[in-house]
Amino acid sequence: MKKTLRAGLPLLGILLGLSGCGMVVLDPAGYVAAQQRDLLVISVVLMLLIILPVMAATAYFAWKYRHDNLEADYQPDWHHSTQLEVLIWSAPLLIIIALGAITWIGTHTLDPYRELTRIEHGKVIPQDTKGLNVEVVSLNWKWLFIYPDLGIATVNELAAPVDTPIDFDLTSSDIMNSFYIPALAGQIYTMAGMKTQLHAVINKTGTYKGFSANYSGAGFSGMNFAFHGMKEDAFKEWVRKVQAKGDRLSRKAYLSLRQPSEDVPVKYYSGVDKNLFHDIVNRCVEQSKVCMNAMKPGEAGPKETELGNDRESVGANHANGNPARRNEPSANEPEGSKSRSQSAVPNTLKQEKRDEGGSPGAHATREGDNGDGAGNASGSGANTNGGGAENGGTKEPAPTD
Amino acid sequence: MFSNTDFWSFIFGRLTWESIPHEPIVQVTFAVVTLGAIAVLGAITYFRLWGYLWKDWITSIDHKKIGVMYIILGLVMLVRGFSDAIMMRAQQAIAFGDNQGYLPAHHYDQIFTAHGVIMIFFAAMPLIVGVMNFVVPLQIGARDVAFPFLNNFSFWMTAAGAVLIMLSLFLGEFAKTGWLAFPPLSEGTYSPGVGVDYYIWALQIAGLGTLLSGVNLVATIIKMRAPGMSMMKIPIFTWTALCTNILIVAAFPVLTVVLAMLSLDRYVGTHFFTNDGGGNMMMYVNLIWIWGHPEVYILILPAFGVYSEVVATFSGKRLFGYVSMVYATAVITLLSYLVWLHHFFTMGSGADVNSFFGITTMIISIPTGAKIFNWLFTMYKGRIRFELPMMWTIAFMLTFVIGGMTGVMLAVPPVDFVFHNSLFLVAHFHNVIIGGVLFGMFAAINFWFPKAFGFKLDPFWGKLSFWFWVTGFYFAFMPLYVLGLMGVTRRLRHFDDPSLQIWFVIAAFGALLIAAGIACFFVQVFQSVRKREELRDETGDPWNARTLEWSTSSPPPEYNYAFTPMVHDHDAWYDMKNRGYERPLEDFRPIHMPKNSGTGPILAGLSVAFGFGMIWYMWWLAALSLAAMVVVAIVHTFNYDRDYHIPAEEVAATEERRTRLLAKQQA
Repeated sequence: MKKTLRAGLPLLGILLGLSGCGMVVLDPAGYVAAQQRDLLVISVVLMLLIILPVMAATAYFAWKYRHDNLEADYQPDWHHSTQLEVLIWSAPLLIIIALGAITWIGTHTLDPYRELTRIEHGKVIPQDTKGLNVEVVSLNWKWLFIYPDLGIATVNELAAPVDTPIDFDLTSSDIMNSFYIPALAGQIYTMAGMKTQLHAVINKTGTYKGFSANYSGAGFSGMNFAFHGMKEDAFKEWVRKVQAKGDRLSRKAYLSLRQPSEDVPVKYYSGVDKNLFHDIVNRCVEQSKVCMNAMKPGEAGPKETELGNDRESVGANHANGNPARRNEPSANEPEGSKSRSQSAVPNTLKQEKRDEGGSPGAHATREGDNGDGAGNASGSGANTNGGGAENGGTKEPAPTD
Repeated sequence: MFSNTDFWSFIFGRLTWESIPHEPIVQVTFAVVTLGAIAVLGAITYFRLWGYLWKDWITSIDHKKIGVMYIILGLVMLVRGFSDAIMMRAQQAIAFGDNQGYLPAHHYDQIFTAHGVIMIFFAAMPLIVGVMNFVVPLQIGARDVAFPFLNNFSFWMTAAGAVLIMLSLFLGEFAKTGWLAFPPLSEGTYSPGVGVDYYIWALQIAGLGTLLSGVNLVATIIKMRAPGMSMMKIPIFTWTALCTNILIVAAFPVLTVVLAMLSLDRYVGTHFFTNDGGGNMMMYVNLIWIWGHPEVYILILPAFGVYSEVVATFSGKRLFGYVSMVYATAVITLLSYLVWLHHFFTMGSGADVNSFFGITTMIISIPTGAKIFNWLFTMYKGRIRFELPMMWTIAFMLTFVIGGMTGVMLAVPPVDFVFHNSLFLVAHFHNVIIGGVLFGMFAAINFWFPKAFGFKLDPFWGKLSFWFWVTGFYFAFMPLYVLGLMGVTRRLRHFDDPSLQIWFVIAAFGALLIAAGIACFFVQVFQSVRKREELRDETGDPWNARTLEWSTSSPPPEYNYAFTPMVHDHDAWYDMKNRGYERPLEDFRPIHMPKNSGTGPILAGLSVAFGFGMIWYMWWLAALSLAAMVVVAIVHTFNYDRDYHIPAEEVAATEERRTRLLAKQQA
């Protein structure tokens, strides 16, 4: 593999040269996208080993054995050669074995659900690094970003500090979309009633394009947003700006935001109703609806007034060996229960949020189901029954660190 | 407007004056199409061709005529699908910044959906099925397919689906969902109009035709081969046709079921794929790709078969590695069922699942690679004649490997995460479908046209068409690869970044070149008909070819072979020529033949009415036409007058004519 890497370097050079004209896929600014680019280049180089000779041979044979070249050898009945047959089956086979091995490793290391262990090549994330949690909701036709640890939300604008692991939880209000920032990392679908995940890190400051990569209806073309990779200080500044300018994203405000609209300008929210993302995933933002994770199979009864059932279903999932991989809003967790996977923003930020945003006490009231409930959402209702593609029920937990 | 709304809405369902589209583009198209149709119908009436058309074509159960009708349908729909393509290219070339282009979302979204649906179901499929229908029975030495009436019915069902799609252009709208109509977007909540219903019923009706034709051809190939033609002596094209039809038989029911479930969601409020009520759209996506991926191989395998025949014929050489070719085809057939998930790696499957489907996808490239090598070594030490079919084949070999490479790139899940749904993907599948399937169909048409009509296609216009198509393809799709690398996704109607525009302009230029290629093809056919005496072939074997179909006359008599040939080798005709074959000149016997039937077109017409009724909620129409279909089908079973014998004298006279023609050739 090292050899192919070395062989690939000249080609990589050419491709990077081309990337001058804006080929973001070949010249990304995030470590995940950069590794995906490397895989792309390795696979191209491996295949060119066989494809270039084939193309050359096609052209050469077509020319050499043309009808009017009577000097060329002509053997109308030659149609078999065991050596050649072995060669033509084994040459592609060898390439595919190599590529298959790379695929297996690459798919596992670059699994979007897997937490990052490095923020750059050879740069392991220190134990005490706090990541940034972002909850993403695709709406008709705009993007809502909730920062659960900061208590803020934005529409069609996303920001993150550089070199900080970002942990996205994603869902959709209605139509399936795909969350894609080419400079940052590969895409992942957002689907109503389900939660998907993406882990990424941005390494260079700058403003990058983000958009939906899955057609979702009339306003699809305008479903763009800017993604800002910022220095730590600038990011804090940005957070303050959002907190200063915005309204509160209450359930009611969310329901009106959910109404279809096109080419929506950036909007800031300085506060977010608790458990909003959990309720969006479980399709119960309206008070009259039962949360999907509170339903038992075959039952769609009246809305539970007590949240006790939530707890039970959570427990059941744990018993099945599907621990919720991460909990949310970790800022509300008791200090002692924090692990790296749960913690989020730099402490300083969290502190700010506690000072400025909302009332931590109110969060705590629903804390019990809150943390587990959201983690459980992915394993609940449609997902587990839905047969396989979703994380909760079927994925083995990715190794951490 | 109407005094009794209930009555009118009972009669017309959802159909009102408002249903007629108001976009000027559609209205002009409508006017042009209507005038064109009136002209064609008028000409048919004026030249008193109705009787001839009805008796000799529409009700014909001759596999050769049905094959030709399939190909005509495919070419007509290719033009329709291409006009959608060029409208998209024009929109994307101009819609930058303040310029919103000339198509509103409502119209643009229908166009890219219709383009995909039409090109796959109503252009590529009829071309493939048409070529198989024409060639397979001839190639295996049979007189017709196993179920000749069913064949006619299958064709008209496919045509009925095409009629519904064309209707959607002028009455109501087509789906605005993308060509696979993923829910929840295609559910009643988000697509309440008639578009998705047009989609569902057009595909259900046409899909039934495709499924039945698959059953028919599998039975034909298994049961009706000439004596001596064991499995390993079947010509490669027929082998690929067998595998394709096995795929059709196994895959199309899945499509039927998944569309039926979607229609239950839409019509009676079930929750298979809805967001709420326990539905799950992921199930739809899985099911439709379990059909959709084999569909890709349904299209490409017969094209591979065409290339195999062409490359052996025009290299004047036996196909290299026949056995490995057969096994490669069979392996591709099996593997094509194990890769569907690679269409949605980005749906959040675990790494194990994604790796599995990624690696099975890559494994398909091994037999495909072996095939490419086999063609290559067939050319090696051959005497290659650069006639049109061979030109298309070489263009295919050079183009397809690029598409194959980008395909394997997309099979690596982490790479797919950056390319999924991008223009890179769009470039990839056009690269394999145009560079593989379409080039193959042009090779096939140029190759077998003289067999079907007795004269070759004009090479000058054919070459012009070839060069326009090939260069047009590269101009149209290489920029899309670049745009994919720039992170541009598909189905966008408008762009903000002006630096992308140049690439879209180049792509639009490529589309214009392809338009010229299509035009040249039609000129080629027209010119060939005009100059048919010059291009006439009386030998029946204009290319010095190798398989059985070239042993009979061009065009073949309706019974194909007066005597069923005996087969000793897989290049049966080449073998016969080598061993000094002599045509039998006497002892002709009466030939048992099936009779034409009008039931197929009648049932298909009723199914158009049924589909139309379902789409527009004209329940009385749907119920009536469904009942009528049942009645017609039952009445048909009481028709015992289904066959006749061609008298021995007539066979003798036909064969005598051919003997004289051949003698003239030799003189």
